Amino acid sequence: MAEKIDYKSVLFNPFSKNNPVIVQILGICSVLAVTAKLAPAMVMGISVIAVLAFSNVIISLIRNTIPTNIRIIVQLVVVAGLVVIVSQLLQAYAYDVSKQLSVFIGLIITNCILMGRLEAFAMANRPWASFLDGIGNGVGYAIILIIVGFFRELLGSGTLLGFQVVPDSFYEAGYVNNGLMILPPMALVTVACIIWVHRSRNKDLQEP
Amino acid sequence: MKFLKNYLDRVRPNFEEGGKLHAFRSVFDGFDTFLFTPSTTAPKRGLQIHDAIDSKRTMIIVVLALMPCFFFGMYNTGYQHQLALGLDTFPFWDMMLYGFLSILPKVVVAYLVGLGIEFAFAQWRHEEIQEGFLVSGILIPMILPVETPLWMMAVAVAFSVIFVKEVFGGTGYNIFNVALVTRAVLFFSYPAQMSGDKVFVATGKALGYGTPVVDGYTCATPLGQIATHSGGALELTGAAGEPISAWDAFVGLIPGSFGETSVICILIGAAILLFCRIADWRIMLSVVVGGLFMGWIANTFETPTYPASYLSPVDQLLFGGFAFAAVFMATDPVTAARTTTGKYIYGFLIGVIAVIIRTYNNGYPEGAMLAVLLMNAFAPLIDYCVVQSNIRRRMRRTRINSKTA
Repeated sequence: MAEKIDYKSVLFNPFSKNNPVIVQILGICSVLAVTAKLAPAMVMGISVIAVLAFSNVIISLIRNTIPTNIRIIVQLVVVAGLVVIVSQLLQAYAYDVSKQLSVFIGLIITNCILMGRLEAFAMANRPWASFLDGIGNGVGYAIILIIVGFFRELLGSGTLLGFQVVPDSFYEAGYVNNGLMILPPMALVTVACIIWVHRSRNKDLQEP
Repeated sequence: MKFLKNYLDRVRPNFEEGGKLHAFRSVFDGFDTFLFTPSTTAPKRGLQIHDAIDSKRTMIIVVLALMPCFFFGMYNTGYQHQLALGLDTFPFWDMMLYGFLSILPKVVVAYLVGLGIEFAFAQWRHEEIQEGFLVSGILIPMILPVETPLWMMAVAVAFSVIFVKEVFGGTGYNIFNVALVTRAVLFFSYPAQMSGDKVFVATGKALGYGTPVVDGYTCATPLGQIATHSGGALELTGAAGEPISAWDAFVGLIPGSFGETSVICILIGAAILLFCRIADWRIMLSVVVGGLFMGWIANTFETPTYPASYLSPVDQLLFGGFAFAAVFMATDPVTAARTTTGKYIYGFLIGVIAVIIRTYNNGYPEGAMLAVLLMNAFAPLIDYCVVQSNIRRRMRRTRINSKTA
């Protein structure tokens, strides 16, 4: 068997040093799309954690039986099956949020993070390690989603999770919500700010 | 002057390495070189190509060229205010004072925020202060509606100086025009405060001076009226309901953003810029040609669906911020195309796109800002294509020559 895997780093590395969004720059599209409000961002994060963890486990279990030349198709089928389950669960128990997320739950299938982890990790590692890797990357993705969603909802709508947090006295004094924060460009700028802060704290990640 | 020089020389040691005010070295250096020729110049020996003009003097000339528009903006702000009050007396100095007091806080805030960020970044990076914001700081209040709240402007200035200029490396490295990005940020962030019929005429007191206009007073800019126009003959009206002609737009006594209403003053500014060879006449000319061309097409196929197509090509140039954008925005040497052919293409497309946006998108009454920003993004591509085609042409020529030889 391959060299011993450090489970701890498999789980925790993607949180910061090897974060899928801000270091590998994967899955940016959905970060732009679902983070206008905090609630959908959180649901999206949880969905991706679940799909990523279980698809990693399933692919890892059958990794030795998948013919190499059709492996992408097999991976897609597994991910698609899980995504349909998540989508149905959301429609059953959180209909409003699932309507807000609209196609983006379905588009988890095409999220680069999933294909990346399945190809790079689950195809070569045992189920338990793959499970931890899936959880780690999913959480790394969800963290960024939640940070971006927090700032966009706070500055763009003055609310958090639908509750108004900017006091009325601010609005009476002339404060106005920033409409640009609701639009996708500011999600990109917010992600850029996170990357800026992250890179300046981790100098070893800075590109020359 | 002598006294100032002596004073600067006396305090200089404090700011040098090891001095107690070393943390403010870049600030000192900025003021020192702003006021006087730098004390360290290139050595006398050796071959040097030298020009008397540096970036600081360039900036000052642009600011001077903006002054006619600025003073006219002050006058026009007061004039529109008098009209909105329903008065028919126009005391010159009262109006100038009202306009001055309306614009003063904006200029102060723009400079404080913008220069503050520039100084902080220069200090942090151990660089000299670049004076790029000298022009932006005066441009920003001039291209905004006079009623823009100060805190909004401060937010937008901070955003554009940091994200458009400093992250790309400071003055001279920005891909977009800083002043225009400030306006674009405001336009998309706070649409209610940046367009419509409540913001273009000063209605309140200016720093406690003047009489407030009754609540609920509205007056849209001519282009704003055109964009929301539906059915019937197109009649443009001013702050007191009086009709507006193209001549009024040329003189500039119409509601609009602070400094961009008067085409006469913009032409004076253009003359200064061209005489001092700061701006490139090719860009100005091609923007105007592009605007006339697209205005002519739009006017030929005029349709009630898009009321702005009723404007004649010349009207397209006179109303709104088109002339201001052509003279002061499109010609920004940092963000414009650099090659000669590229400048023609760049300018022409700005003119065309500006008229397309204002004519065929009723949601955006004015397209000059968006057109210049879009072409800023494409300027490097235009230059690349021009340079590549030049290289190809020369390659072909050498091949033909070598065959014949």
